[in-house]
Amino acid sequence: MKKLIPFLLAVCLPASALLAQDATPAASAAPSEVEEDVVGTLDNDARIAIPAFATNADVPTQTSAGTTSTLGFQVANVIFGNLRNNGLFKPTGPSSLPRPALSQVQAPDYGGWRSRGADMLVQGYVRAEANGNITVGCYLYDVALGQQRAKAGWTVPPGEWRRAAHKCADMVYSQLSGENPFFDSRIAYIAETGPKNRRMKRLAIMDSDGANHRYLTTGQATALTPRYSPDYKSILYLSYFNGQPRIYIYDLTTDRQRLLLQSQHPLFAPRWSPDGKWILYSMAIGGNTDIYKMPSAGGNPIKLTDAPGIDIGGSFSPDGTRIVFESDRSGSQQVYVMNADGTGQKRISFFGGRAATPEWSPRGDQIAFTHIAGNFRIAVMSPSGGSLRYLTDSWQDEAPTWAPNGRVIQFFRTTRNSGKTGLWQVDLTGKNERKLDTPVDGSDPAWGPLRP
Amino acid sequence: MNTRLAMTLLVASGLALSACAKKAPEMLPPEPGGVTPSQTTGGDSTAPVPGSQADFVAQMMGQDTIYFDTDRFNIDATDQAALAAQAAWLGRYPAKRITIEGHADERGTREYNLALGERRANAAKNYLVSLGIDAARITTVSHGKEKPVALGSDEASWAQNRRAVTVTID
Repeated sequence: MKKLIPFLLAVCLPASALLAQDATPAASAAPSEVEEDVVGTLDNDARIAIPAFATNADVPTQTSAGTTSTLGFQVANVIFGNLRNNGLFKPTGPSSLPRPALSQVQAPDYGGWRSRGADMLVQGYVRAEANGNITVGCYLYDVALGQQRAKAGWTVPPGEWRRAAHKCADMVYSQLSGENPFFDSRIAYIAETGPKNRRMKRLAIMDSDGANHRYLTTGQATALTPRYSPDYKSILYLSYFNGQPRIYIYDLTTDRQRLLLQSQHPLFAPRWSPDGKWILYSMAIGGNTDIYKMPSAGGNPIKLTDAPGIDIGGSFSPDGTRIVFESDRSGSQQVYVMNADGTGQKRISFFGGRAATPEWSPRGDQIAFTHIAGNFRIAVMSPSGGSLRYLTDSWQDEAPTWAPNGRVIQFFRTTRNSGKTGLWQVDLTGKNERKLDTPVDGSDPAWGPLRP
Repeated sequence: MNTRLAMTLLVASGLALSACAKKAPEMLPPEPGGVTPSQTTGGDSTAPVPGSQADFVAQMMGQDTIYFDTDRFNIDATDQAALAAQAAWLGRYPAKRITIEGHADERGTREYNLALGERRANAAKNYLVSLGIDAARITTVSHGKEKPVALGSDEASWAQNRRAVTVTID
């Protein structure tokens, strides 16, 4: 649908009078001070107050949230949800806080917020534009210092108002953690229903917080292993549409799909290169599976592996020069790295047990994978195979996917006996783990990049 | 030994292996037994039509499925006997085509299990071909761990799910 085409946000709207008044803000705080704040914040669980956003006039909007006043509440609530769910902060949401007046948006009542025990304050405003668009202004204040830390504004079509809230949450997250943003992103996954032996598996997509959920396939054919294209315009996935596992490319701008390539052989494990120019896939011939790559614009495939046995999957390094993949050439599933042209194949996992589903971090510094030694656990290691660290400990966790900033991982967890599946999220400390809310069971999460 | 048993069965069924392998299906005489369900006589509707999938399942008595050890795809002696029985049936109905469905237990990652199921289905296919069944009659499909038959999360269930199932195409 057209609605799903990401519209570009007007970055820092010049038309935004409130922001324009304040042309040289305190965003130029001394970096050393910021650095100290970051450490303190991470250790101390910063208490962030996020009251409902103010508005210049309470008027109807074309958003799902209602008038500008209710929208102001909902924007704050989305930001609250984003910041609450990653374990770094202790936010308080708009339900339990007074809404500041518009005049207070740039002149916060520091004393009042201090007395409420807030370390940080996120507030802002919502304004309905004449053409139906929504402008959201977002401000971050350090209550203890009595200073503005950051601000930004966005104008979005009414159907994308949540993106402005995610952008605001991203600004706060980046300011307070020193990490890159990730909330303004989407997830493709497989929605599962039904009993273990007759499970329906549908392709579905949603925002990073579960909103704007949509099923893309009906479930008549089993769908598996989706991957968002880096530009969010299409999704590669596996479908049994014609009874055989083949790779399809679903065009989100037209809601049409087509076979990635004609083949008399089974195809598995589609992947994009970070620049979207290449597609990896795995093909089985006579029971022997190997990894291939082809230009996404079309062209001749190149065979990258040639070992007897199963070589499958693959994940590019962020610079596109190397590929981490899975092979059982040693006798069991292990993780290997090769150059993007297939040369220099080298095993990197030597931990005992089996190592599967490697995914290169968008930061390049780590590889997430599934370690199988009895139970299935999500783990990370360095690209050279060192520094093994487990992030989860359950009966069966598999298929990690990285947040755009490389600090959070989603995966899916299968429940013993029932076979029920769920999407889970964990940060790199392994301490902050939570289940994602999805309408039905979920598996194979695939996190897209930060939205363009 | 199992191979010899299979040969014996095939010969006993009156079809020379060479004929089986070389003749195109359309050159062969019509299959024995009714081809369409309407031909069944009213009385004994419980008896499967000879040459049908129901007949195959009834004749195989469980040997339409072979089982594998964890992470393995080799054809052991039990599998050889089952595949020989399948080959004998296929020898009797040379126009029949089959699909071999490869499966894995739930204790493997999804994509690897898809590849593993395909490998198992191919192992079964290759063995049938070695018994003289024309490779053109056999297709394979892997369902990985997506379609278990035993629903528990225990060794007994997993053993039942690591399988290759032969299904005839009517």
